[in-house]
Amino acid sequence: MRRLSWFNVTSLTLGFAFLYLPMIVLIVYSFNASKLVTVWAGFSTKWYGELFRNEAFLDAAWVTIKVAVISSTFATVLGTMAAYVLVRGGRFLGRTLFSGMIYAPLVMPEVITGLSLLLLFIGIGLDRGVLTIVLAHTTFSMCYVSVVVSSRLVTFDRSLEEAALDLGASPWESFRLVTLPIIAPAVISGWLLAFTLSLDDLVIASFTAGPSATTLPIKIFSAVRLGVSPEINALSTIMILIVTVGVISASLVSKQNAVRAQKDARAAERTA
Amino acid sequence: MMRRAALIAVPYLWLLVLFLAPFLIVLKISLSDAALAIPPYTPTLKDGIGALISELDFENFVFLTEDDLYWKAYLSSLRIALISTFLTLLVGYPIAYGMAKAPEEWRPTLMMLVILPFWTSFLIRVYSWMGILSNEGLLNQLLTWLGLINEPLTILNTNTAVYIGIVYTYLPFMILPIYAALDRLDSSLNEAAEDLGCSKMQAFWLVTIPLSKNGIIAGSFLVFIPALGEFVIPSLLGGSGTLMIGKVLWEEFFNNRDWPVASAVAVILLLILVIPIVLFQRNQQKQQEAEQ
Repeated sequence: MRRLSWFNVTSLTLGFAFLYLPMIVLIVYSFNASKLVTVWAGFSTKWYGELFRNEAFLDAAWVTIKVAVISSTFATVLGTMAAYVLVRGGRFLGRTLFSGMIYAPLVMPEVITGLSLLLLFIGIGLDRGVLTIVLAHTTFSMCYVSVVVSSRLVTFDRSLEEAALDLGASPWESFRLVTLPIIAPAVISGWLLAFTLSLDDLVIASFTAGPSATTLPIKIFSAVRLGVSPEINALSTIMILIVTVGVISASLVSKQNAVRAQKDARAAERTA
Repeated sequence: MMRRAALIAVPYLWLLVLFLAPFLIVLKISLSDAALAIPPYTPTLKDGIGALISELDFENFVFLTEDDLYWKAYLSSLRIALISTFLTLLVGYPIAYGMAKAPEEWRPTLMMLVILPFWTSFLIRVYSWMGILSNEGLLNQLLTWLGLINEPLTILNTNTAVYIGIVYTYLPFMILPIYAALDRLDSSLNEAAEDLGCSKMQAFWLVTIPLSKNGIIAGSFLVFIPALGEFVIPSLLGGSGTLMIGKVLWEEFFNNRDWPVASAVAVILLLILVIPIVLFQRNQQKQQEAEQ
C-alpha cells in the first residue's frame, strides 16, 4: 500500500476541515443557551423547542415538503421522457431546439429563470402560490433528471430492448419490463436530486411564490438577513442531519446493490 | 407512432411554455417602457400586435449604458467571479490531488465527503459563515485569543467574505472534475520524468498539471458560470459596496419595481454568459472526442 506524503495528508486535512468546520460550528451553537450566537453560555435545547412552537416555520416547512414531493415526481416523469426521446427518439422536427431547452436551464442563472417565470405567470394571470412554485421547480429540475437518466440510457445495451421486441413485447411493455428496471437507479437518483433542488431553492421560489405560500428557504433568508439567530441554527442542524442520514443510507444501499450485482454476475459466469 | 409523438410532445410543450416562452417575455419587456400600472410596463399584449411591435425600443439598454451602476455591477461581477474561481482552484487542486493519491479503499469515502456538502442546503452553508466572520464572530475571537490582532477585523459584509463564500460553496464543483482527471493519470509518467532527471516539483509542473488540464478547465467553468449570476452569497455575506449583477437585478425588480430595466439587465447578463458557456461546451466535446 502506498503511503500518503505529509503534503497530501496536510492538504486533505485542511481541505476537509474547511468543508466541515463551518457546519460543525453551526450545529454546536444551535445548543447554545445564549441568544448571542457567538458567546457560549452552556448547553441547552431550548431553541429546538422554540422552533417547534413557531407556526410560521412549521407552515413553511409543510409547503416546502409538499412542493418538493410533487415537483420532483413530475420532474422525474417528464425528465425520463425527455431523456428517452433524446437518446432513443431518433430524428424529429426541432430536435436541436429540444436538446437546447434541456441543457440551457442547467446553466441559466437562477435570477433569470425566476424573473422570466414570474413574468409568464403574471402575463397569463395565474395567481402565485403553491401551483406556480411547483410549475417552476418541475421545469428546472426535469432538466437535471433528464441529464442523469440519459447518461444511464447511453451506456446500456440496446439489444436487450430489441430482444424484447422480437419476442413479441409491445414498445410500452419492453420499456416497462426491460428498460425501466435497468435505468431505475438513475431514475431514483434523478428524483432525489430534483427533491433536494426543490427543497433548497431560494431564488426561483422567491420570484414565483405569492403571499399565500412561503417556502422554508424564503423564511430562512428573510430571518438571516437580519443577522444570525440560534433558532435558524437549530433548523439548519435538523436539515443537515436529515440530508446526512439520507445520503449515507443511499450510498450504503447502492454499495449493497453493487456487491449483489457482482455476486450475480459471478454466479451467472459459473453456470454458463 | 401516436405514442412516440405523445412521448416527444409532452416534455417538448412543457419546455416551450415554461422555459422558452417566459424567456421571450423577458426579451419583450426589456424593450418596453415602464408604466405606473399593473403589470407595470407598456405596451402589453392587450394593446394589439401592431402597438406591441411599433412601441418597442432599446431605451432600457441605452439607460443601462448611461448609468454607471450597471457597468460597475457587470465589471465587478466578472472580477469577483474570476478571482473566486482562481481561489477555488488554489484550494481545490491540492485536495483533489490528495484524494487521487490516497489509498484505493479510502477513495469512495473521501468522494462522499466531498459530495455530502453539495446535498446540504446552499443557503445554510452560506449562513454558517455569518457567525464565523462577523466582528464578534469565532474567527475574530480566535485571532484575538492567539494575540494576532487587537481590534476585530471587519470581514463580514466585504468582498473578502463573498470570496470565502463562493470558494466554500462551489469547492465540490472544482474538486470532482480535477479528481477525475488526476485519477486517470498514469503515475509511471511521473516516474519516467523523474528517471529522466526532473525533480519531483518539475515533474509535477511539466507532467501532472498539463495532463490534468481538462479537469482544471471544466472545474473552473463550473465555478465561474454560476458565480457570475450569484445572488445569495453577495446579499448575505457581501456589504452595500458589493456590486453583483444578480443582486442588482433582484433589487431592480423587487425594490424599484422597474420590470423593463430588470429584464434588460437579465438579457445582458445572459449575453455575457453565452461566451463562457459556449467555450465550456466546446471543451467538453473535445474531451469526449479525445476519449473515443
